[in-house]
Amino acid sequence: MKVKLRNPDREIQVTGSRRVRDLLSELGIDPDTVLVIRERALVTREERLDDADEIEVRPVISGGSGGLHPPGRLGLGIVK
Amino acid sequence: MKCKRCRMPAVVEVRRHNAAFCSDCFVHHVHEQVKRAIRAYDMIGAEDRILVCVSGGKDSLGLWDALLELGYRASGLYLGLGIGEYSDRSGHITRTFARERGAELIEVDLRREYGFDIPTAGKKGSRSTCAVCGLSKRYVFNRAALDHGFDVVATGHNLDDEAATLLGNTLRWQTEYIARQRPALPEREGMVKKVKPLHRLSELETASYAFLRGIDYVVEECPLVAGNTQLRYKEAMNALESRSPGTKAQFFLGFVEKAAPIFGGEDREAGALTACERCGQPTTGRFCAFCRARAQILGERLGSPPGDRQVAGELSEEVMPAELYAGTPGGPGDG
Repeated sequence: MKVKLRNPDREIQVTGSRRVRDLLSELGIDPDTVLVIRERALVTREERLDDADEIEVRPVISGGSGGLHPPGRLGLGIVK
Repeated sequence: MKCKRCRMPAVVEVRRHNAAFCSDCFVHHVHEQVKRAIRAYDMIGAEDRILVCVSGGKDSLGLWDALLELGYRASGLYLGLGIGEYSDRSGHITRTFARERGAELIEVDLRREYGFDIPTAGKKGSRSTCAVCGLSKRYVFNRAALDHGFDVVATGHNLDDEAATLLGNTLRWQTEYIARQRPALPEREGMVKKVKPLHRLSELETASYAFLRGIDYVVEECPLVAGNTQLRYKEAMNALESRSPGTKAQFFLGFVEKAAPIFGGEDREAGALTACERCGQPTTGRFCAFCRARAQILGERLGSPPGDRQVAGELSEEVMPAELYAGTPGGPGDG
């Protein structure tokens, strides 16, 4: 699946179906600090994501990064 | 995951309430929290004219939207900070929001009205960029509210903002700021009543509300915010909240209910005020904090020597003593 991260904007590719909570955990993101958006709709932590999905992970902290760790640190490839 | 109210599929989970909501019920939940805040602190009367301080972010636009939806007479005030494309975009988004809703928007440009912008202030003054930004916002918002006859100024401070600010003030034992950190500050001569109707809602809730209401808001962070201490306090609170949902609410709402009176509250605010010798704004010193900062930024000499000090005049239509409202977030989330 394609995951778009914000502030700064970048995209990563993640392979394999998983729950939102697992994706965020792998990315080192606190679920309470981001909106997860799929097809212009919010999804909760329990939703399952598939390879074909395109996801936006949008920080909610004003002026902050949403607690994102640098992508790639956990073995997830940066697409662009 | 099911909606707590209607059992339809949920789209937002609020862990501190051990609840989840569908889109419609979540909007209802937010409106109920705003109404509860307004009632609890007698924030807004039915006929009051409200000036909402809008930055183009999720909190201020969400607040404006909620107040309009609840039937209040709410206008917006946008302060142009001169932060390049960031300000251009936030201004455009705010104007579009107002136009789409037929709501009144008042605009003030910091450089045009006061001769400096925030990037310049960060380079030339002794205060941090975020400190000057917050100071300028507090000054201009109050002044505009008085000039245009508004009854109350509303800002989009949310629970995360308030908990982080309280943590910072507590760590430094800034007891004067702690005493004033309340969801509503009453009107005083020269100072319009100030309220924070979103103080019961977390940042996740305000962002979810803005998204679900289809509000286009500025997601990008302010390019000048790097190193903001407020963000470090938010991260600390988030670390606690993630292990113990409800910590932020217990900390801030518990403080307001149980601890704020210990620090003096309104009695503490009742100190003697004089008019700023430059602008007439009430202040605890000779010159208000905004005029001091502005003079430093512009390289001006502020006033005459102390021996020639003139007697301060009547409190004019000028603004609140900015320092009396200090200790609240001053970054991009400030409204």
